[in-house]
Amino acid sequence: MVPITYYLILSAVIFTIGAVGVLVRRNAIMIFMCIELMLNSVNLTLVAFANQWGNLNGQIFAFIIMAVAAVEVAVGLAIVMAIVRHKDTTNVDEIHLLKW
Amino acid sequence: MNLSSLNWNSLLPELVIVATSLIVLITAVVGKVSRVDRIARGHALAVVTLIGLLIAAGLTIMQLSQPASDFMGMVQSDALSHYLNLVILLAAALAVLLAWDYLGRFTYSFSEFYSLLLLAVAGMMFLGKSTELITLFVSLEILSISLYILTGFNRHQLASAEASLKYFLLGAFASGFIVYGAALLYGDTGSTWFSDIAANASGGFLTLAGFALLLVGFAFKIAAVPFHMWTPDAYQGAPTPVTAFMSVGTKAAALVALFRVLQSAVSAPYETWAWALAILSLLTMTVGNVAALRQTSIKRLLAYSSIAQAGYMLIGLVAGTVLGLQAMLFYLFAYAFMNIGAFACASLLESDDWSELQDASMANARGLFSRQPLLATALAIFMFSLAGIPPLAGFFGKLYLFDAAIDAGWLWLALVAVINSVISAYYYMRVVVVMFMEAPDESTRVRLPIPDSAILAIVIAVLGALLLGILAGPSFASLGQAVVAWRF
Repeated sequence: MVPITYYLILSAVIFTIGAVGVLVRRNAIMIFMCIELMLNSVNLTLVAFANQWGNLNGQIFAFIIMAVAAVEVAVGLAIVMAIVRHKDTTNVDEIHLLKW
Repeated sequence: MNLSSLNWNSLLPELVIVATSLIVLITAVVGKVSRVDRIARGHALAVVTLIGLLIAAGLTIMQLSQPASDFMGMVQSDALSHYLNLVILLAAALAVLLAWDYLGRFTYSFSEFYSLLLLAVAGMMFLGKSTELITLFVSLEILSISLYILTGFNRHQLASAEASLKYFLLGAFASGFIVYGAALLYGDTGSTWFSDIAANASGGFLTLAGFALLLVGFAFKIAAVPFHMWTPDAYQGAPTPVTAFMSVGTKAAALVALFRVLQSAVSAPYETWAWALAILSLLTMTVGNVAALRQTSIKRLLAYSSIAQAGYMLIGLVAGTVLGLQAMLFYLFAYAFMNIGAFACASLLESDDWSELQDASMANARGLFSRQPLLATALAIFMFSLAGIPPLAGFFGKLYLFDAAIDAGWLWLALVAVINSVISAYYYMRVVVVMFMEAPDESTRVRLPIPDSAILAIVIAVLGALLLGILAGPSFASLGQAVVAWRF
């Protein structure tokens, strides 16, 4: 059996990739996918811990995170569409009407 | 376990809000209406929303003295959540009054607007009651996602869509931190209940990292520096009623939830986390106030001011005592009145041109007193109250907060906060000077005639700011009795 540490290290690495991606990527869709990466790494952590503890809280939490992520996709893509209708771009550096 | 064994009564106010939200939403798909009728229907929906909010407030008041914990300990209604509910419902009701006329200027989607507003209210109310990580996360997301949409509600205006995108991306990023923190705490203790976490936490790396990540996520939601970058943009771009509502509601709910986490899920001595909060509070007030100094838009100035106000309210959490909690709740009430009032006045100074960055600029307020003396006086009262000038509510709120800090041994933090209040007086007074001392010119704009609903909202806010100031002693004492009953 694979020790839980491996799962935790893997999910921490994925979470970090997601978080760094949010900071360095400039395309709104890519930023959004990096956020999804972060949420899914959390799911991996939760499922690994649920297996470790032998209770279902973590599994249920993971399902709820999936549902919330789906809601965020629906809302997020709609917001990106609203921007594209105005500016024809998804580059967050060009969306800078509001500053300082 | 069966459904009837659950104590549904303790969640009655929230259930009323959710039910009202669904009733309002269903009207969006029932029947066809002409454009003229749609405005009338919008007003009818606003009335339904207000009735729902009033019923929920009434139920909350009836339950004030009945603490209850139910749904297997997932939610807890107590003095803390009851008073939080009242602040949120008040903020929502004032926002509905503001939206009454404002909304019709850019949209006909009234049912969606009021429904989302009510869902955000429900999320905030649940957030203040949750004593379990999954409940906490779900309520946080309900309120956040509703607010992302509300921020971008005026989608024909680029500023609103942009505000929504920025709020959404950074808000979802923060949610990632919160769930990761929650997952680590679950891994540490094998449970998602706060009480189990407090009892079983190892105190090692997992505990520390879990709470630190939760704290980062909450700092995003209450717009604490250095996690505040989204706030000015989201607040400036969002439709003003939404800004008014979320600047009060989100902060209030997140502060109370953070307090509950720190009080009931942390087994380590309170001081360990109080230091982190003290530094957050220090940074938040200082950066918020300094950045507000050079703003030329009243709406953006108020956005930075609300960051600074979050810094003051964090002082109550830093103290972590009965006095601190009492002072924070009092300040939340005062803040609800004066901040929403200020945004209400600002919404009347906006230009009608949706193509540009439609905004309440300082120039629009020039010489306002000679044109609209009552409106100028009302805005001046809110500014004085936010600056903390006696005998207004804001003054006593700050006094109690600083007193609680000194009482708990945080003298330096209280001193920093006092210096910050002095700095903040500069930019609040600048608005007053522009309105009263300068001569009006062509750029002075007020939307005329001022709608009755906005007048009502402003009058309620002025009365609240005045009465809470005059009756500060008795109202603070009555908050105290309720809070002391809460376990410490």
